[in-house]
Amino acid sequence: MDKIKSLDDLRKMKQAVQSQLNLRERGENSENYVQIKVAMATCGIAAGAREVMNAFLRKIEDDKILAIVTQTGCMGYCHSEPTVEVKKPGEEPIIFGHVDAKKADSIVDKYIKNGELLEGIIPVNYQTIV
Amino acid sequence: MNDLSMHVLDIVQNSITAGANLIGIEVIEKIMENTLTICISDNGKGMSPEQLIQVTNPYFTTRTTRKVGLGVPLFKQNAEMSGGSFNIESNMEKGTIVTAVFGYNHLDRPPLGDMANVVVLLVSSNPALDFIYTHRYNEKTYIFDTREVKEVLIPIPVNEPRIIRMLTEMILENCKDMKEGKSN
Repeated sequence: MDKIKSLDDLRKMKQAVQSQLNLRERGENSENYVQIKVAMATCGIAAGAREVMNAFLRKIEDDKILAIVTQTGCMGYCHSEPTVEVKKPGEEPIIFGHVDAKKADSIVDKYIKNGELLEGIIPVNYQTIV
Repeated sequence: MNDLSMHVLDIVQNSITAGANLIGIEVIEKIMENTLTICISDNGKGMSPEQLIQVTNPYFTTRTTRKVGLGVPLFKQNAEMSGGSFNIESNMEKGTIVTAVFGYNHLDRPPLGDMANVVVLLVSSNPALDFIYTHRYNEKTYIFDTREVKEVLIPIPVNEPRIIRMLTEMILENCKDMKEGKSN
């Protein structure tokens, strides 16, 4: 296939994507989606948050996970960057610290798919010293 | 920060926090003039003259989660270390413009990095906001405007993984062609 270069190319590719989306019964409400928030302030970016975000995007595309990947700011866990907050539908969010591309894959495989917890979770009652 | 695109990713977060809904990211490579300029402009709430003076101070931040803010100072330091300059203009009603000029051939200039990836990550993470990415290389220009892209894509959201990949490819290919002198 030729590479996508113009808005016209994009328009042509749109239909293929759209038909697949319908198969996935994409609901309008984002409540059915897993929310993956990668902390992307200076500390997170310097620690490699961009690669982590790319890894999540690749993984959810490959494994067809119903998820939205977004960025968030610094939550004060600069020592544990890159950090990622994962919120599964109807559950409390969990924050993972020291995430890299490999760990991003295991978060999807173990936590998102099977509900298993992994090492490196930052407890909710954790408080930073300011 | 390994490269300049990382700084862009970082600095644009400030625009987002300032409530901007239209953010311009411009990269201007002028080989003959030996400059690489990065300009980030937004229509956010802007800064007061007092804040503007403080913004390059690493111990100034508006956030409450920590006491330091290194984004702007690091960007400024990198620009100045490569023989360039750094400037921020801000207006409480209109928004903010951050301009960093780098010495193109200077040894201390970090590489530009993967701008296409950074732009697309910003676009997909903030589907409600619009971005205009302009890349100029000598006399040539490539413009990626999410307002056009979103219109073409309706009803598919820009944060759909396959779309994210297509948009990255679109920016990469156009910028590559521009630098190789094929089109534009």
